[in-house]
Amino acid sequence: MDLNLTEEQDMIVGMVRRFVREEVLPLELNLDPDADELAPDDKARLIEKTKEMGLYGLDIPPQYGGPEIDLVTRTLVAIEMSQHRAGLYAPCYGTFGGAGLAQLFEATDEQKERYLYPTLRGEKRGFFGLSEPSGGSDPARAIQTKAVQDGDDWIINGGKLWISGADRADFGLVFARTDSDKGRNGVTCFIVDTDTPGFHVRRIVHTLRSAHYATELQFEDMRVPASNILGELNRGFAIANDRLTRQRIPYAAGCIGVAIKAHEMALEYVPQRETFGAPLSTRQSIQWMLVDNEIDIKQSIWITLEAANKANRGEPFRKEAAMAKLVATEAGGRVVDRCMQMFGGLGVAKDLPFERWYREMRIRRIGEGPNEVQRHVIARELLGASLR
Amino acid sequence: MAVRLTKPWMTESEAMQHLHGHLGVFQLADADENVIYIGYAGGASRLGLRGEVSGALEAVSGASLVRVEITTAYMSRFRELMMAHIADHGVPPAANPPVNLGKLSPA
Repeated sequence: MDLNLTEEQDMIVGMVRRFVREEVLPLELNLDPDADELAPDDKARLIEKTKEMGLYGLDIPPQYGGPEIDLVTRTLVAIEMSQHRAGLYAPCYGTFGGAGLAQLFEATDEQKERYLYPTLRGEKRGFFGLSEPSGGSDPARAIQTKAVQDGDDWIINGGKLWISGADRADFGLVFARTDSDKGRNGVTCFIVDTDTPGFHVRRIVHTLRSAHYATELQFEDMRVPASNILGELNRGFAIANDRLTRQRIPYAAGCIGVAIKAHEMALEYVPQRETFGAPLSTRQSIQWMLVDNEIDIKQSIWITLEAANKANRGEPFRKEAAMAKLVATEAGGRVVDRCMQMFGGLGVAKDLPFERWYREMRIRRIGEGPNEVQRHVIARELLGASLR
Repeated sequence: MAVRLTKPWMTESEAMQHLHGHLGVFQLADADENVIYIGYAGGASRLGLRGEVSGALEAVSGASLVRVEITTAYMSRFRELMMAHIADHGVPPAANPPVNLGKLSPA
């Protein structure tokens, strides 16, 4: 077992680190502290750079034109990409592109033509519509949005909550109940065009998060052709569940990156800041905070990389992904909190990024499945399905 | 919270009496209460709503009324107000420069 980075990983990580420090951080000096977008010219210029680096569209599978980079390396890159003020929810402001909705790689050829390829070309945007006002932690049972068949179409009524990007999307994946008696085996995934009559983005849901706000959606007699079912009828939950599991690894990586940056800033600050005639770094209380940060970060890194490694090898990784999400989101919160404490008043001012990280990191214990659910997933894996 | 801003309109002198350095969003209107500009006082603002409103009233011709909402979620609230205005009027407020926005259809 070799825990060192390969030469290639080292090179890629170094390249992304330089990109963040030399290209992204200087632009942030002139942005609003809560900004989640770059000026169009700046964004276009940085996208050209990530393309030159061969790292644009990192998450796109090679057969669809993405770079051939394994999941462990992509996790290392995700850790680097989030090391700036907006990094938790807008890593590098989207200049590395994205794969869009990974579920579309399993779509029919016709669906790929209409939705996947335009997304990969940057011509269309999609959203993921799972959570509802009735709950997001147990989506299989909480889904009350209903789809009723009418000839070759389905009529969808209901609503979704906490949906990011729906107001700017061209289409979305909407999960609806198609059989009320079958629990998780009665949910179907529909691809819905946002210009479909009856599709409404009713409001923004304002939260602690500065970037990529959530929205509330309402569907009123929204007619969707049966050809827009993604996957099989009544098998939508498997699609949702696969996404939830995979998403936990980059979700954890983002928290680690922010924790590393906060810790790095604290390490630079405490030898310079003097109180009562001596640098903060000479105080044992400060030293212990730094030690706890270091341990929190290292634990999170290795647990997350193990999950990525298992997923990369095609092995079951649900337990490991849940552990990564759980450990990294909680550790990230503790690290940012300690760093704020070390910076004192400066730590809570918008002059520095800690207050934004503090707010946004708090959401991470809830988003992508609350940590209580992650513990449930881990316990179920340890004790078997009987825990259900 | 209502999607559209429903706070009472103030004249410039009333606004300068009441506004302080808070973060938040605001709308400027002409004498007939037609919204002609939507702005915000964000974390980079030097004097908060008081400074931003004062500057905007000077810069936007025809603006005589203002209403504000204090909020730390100024960025998402600003976008929501812009999208709601477009949903109601078909175009952004006359004095706002182009902004990259989504589409909202508030009830």
